[in-house]
Amino acid sequence: MDENRAQGRSVSPRLWLAGGWLLLALLAAIFAPLVAPQDPLAQDLMLERLPPFWIDGAEPGYWLGTDSLGRDLLSRLIFGGRIAFIVAFAAAFAACLVGSTLGLVAGYFGGWADRIISRIVDVWMAFPPVLFAILLVAVLGTGLSSVILAIAIIDWTRFCRVIRAETMGQSRMDYVENARIAGYGRIGIMLREVLPNVVPSIVALLSLEMGIAVIVEAILSFVNLSISTDDPTWGGIIAEGRLSIHQAWWVLVFPLITLIVTVLSFSQFGEALKTRFDPVLR
Amino acid sequence: MNACLDIRDLSAVLPNGQRVLRSVSLAVQPGEVRALVGESGAGKTMIGKAVLGVLPSSVRIVEGDIRLEGEDLGRLQPKARRTLIGARTALIPQDPLTALNPSRRIGSQMTDRLVRILGWNGERADTRIRQLLDEVQIRDPDRVLKSYPHELSGGMRQRVLIAAAFAAEPRLIVADEPTTALDVTVQKQILRLIVQLQREHGTAILFVTHDLGVVAKISQKVSVLYAGKVVEEAETAALFAAPQHPYTRALMAATPRYTDPFASLKPVDDAVLAGLAAEIAAADQAWRRPHG
Repeated sequence: MDENRAQGRSVSPRLWLAGGWLLLALLAAIFAPLVAPQDPLAQDLMLERLPPFWIDGAEPGYWLGTDSLGRDLLSRLIFGGRIAFIVAFAAAFAACLVGSTLGLVAGYFGGWADRIISRIVDVWMAFPPVLFAILLVAVLGTGLSSVILAIAIIDWTRFCRVIRAETMGQSRMDYVENARIAGYGRIGIMLREVLPNVVPSIVALLSLEMGIAVIVEAILSFVNLSISTDDPTWGGIIAEGRLSIHQAWWVLVFPLITLIVTVLSFSQFGEALKTRFDPVLR
Repeated sequence: MNACLDIRDLSAVLPNGQRVLRSVSLAVQPGEVRALVGESGAGKTMIGKAVLGVLPSSVRIVEGDIRLEGEDLGRLQPKARRTLIGARTALIPQDPLTALNPSRRIGSQMTDRLVRILGWNGERADTRIRQLLDEVQIRDPDRVLKSYPHELSGGMRQRVLIAAAFAAEPRLIVADEPTTALDVTVQKQILRLIVQLQREHGTAILFVTHDLGVVAKISQKVSVLYAGKVVEEAETAALFAAPQHPYTRALMAATPRYTDPFASLKPVDDAVLAGLAAEIAAADQAWRRPHG
């Protein structure tokens, strides 16, 4: 008992650090027009390639410097966060809904339902995900909804596999048999008895998936397949920064750091949440 | 009067055709405790599962019938069978940890069944559950009802499960080695509780165990099972006074005694096992002839 509590405490800093960053980034994205120091699209060739604030030649108000068109990097990162979060939430929830439902059905009912769903998942996972995403967006056309749809279509399998395995494990437990003896219906047992026990895994996966969605969106932006080129996206900024790496390294490095920290935060947050949600680990 | 549980010539097979239950016949009268003893793999639990309608999908009943208070389970539609089993039977399971849902509070798990299956209102179910918790000597029902299963000790969990089993006033309870997973000291209290509640409620119990000591304490009748076959059936007192089958005698000889624990630890004799194997083979041959 005490051991568990000690574990619970050591989880907390992770939760606070990751959650803190995500909350900060999310708030900045929501209130971007109020928070961003500059207009993210305003070009000014007089201010091109300004360095970040601690290097000689920096201008006040342009904290992380500017890119080769003189646009403020910090403002662009904040506005880029809007796209990143919208994609992360929408795509992860869509993938979660489809994948978890199918995983629950396959794991609980077994038999033919399981065989069919599992074969589909196997075939699905045979495609390299990034190529699959590029292909899908190429077919669906660029735009925010296509990106979200593409990520959901690719990544539902991740939920399906894990939730199926968890459900199978839970279904073998005596409490499920007890519920059958008591006379509950199959669907009732699946939803009321089994589902609550796989929720911690769903939550952890959901957070992990949000991180993955951020990366995929960045990759699609990087190859210019995400949304209109006018709106700043993290992947788009990275692609531009790559061209001017020798003159202005910060245009590449800051969006990369933002991306990595955000993705790591999502996965750490998910792990910590899982521990929180699980009555046995708590 | 109908027997509470009446199993006749029950045979079940695995997909490879091997019989796991060999023409088992067994009756439990209302209010009676019938012990079912045998070693691991003898099919004790299988019989319990067959009665409760939760046999693994790989095991198929090929012959015989199971009657609950005169109703032939095999003749009922699946839905009617579920309802009947749910209303008239209950299980006290072997492992009190996995038998409770880890992510739901004890209270909701216990009342749920009364409310959803028997259609009681919440208040009546709550009163009933508290009454049963009192009967199993849980003195702080408020705390227990609010707890998650992992927050209780093994003995407490088993008390909760006993209370839950008796709550809906079933006619028959299948107790599947309910004390095996517990400490020796707790075992005794749990056994005493089961017997006490059984007497007060007049419930019939099919008590599955491998422990002859337990059999002697609680049951009126015993069936000794070996390889899915009932090799001996008798009143408990008669069985202990004069065991008829060599296997029963060997089992009794193998039970450790406190006076001289090491000397009395002897495995079942080879000659007895050979005799059993011959008996099983003969039974299988006799069974196969008319069944092709």
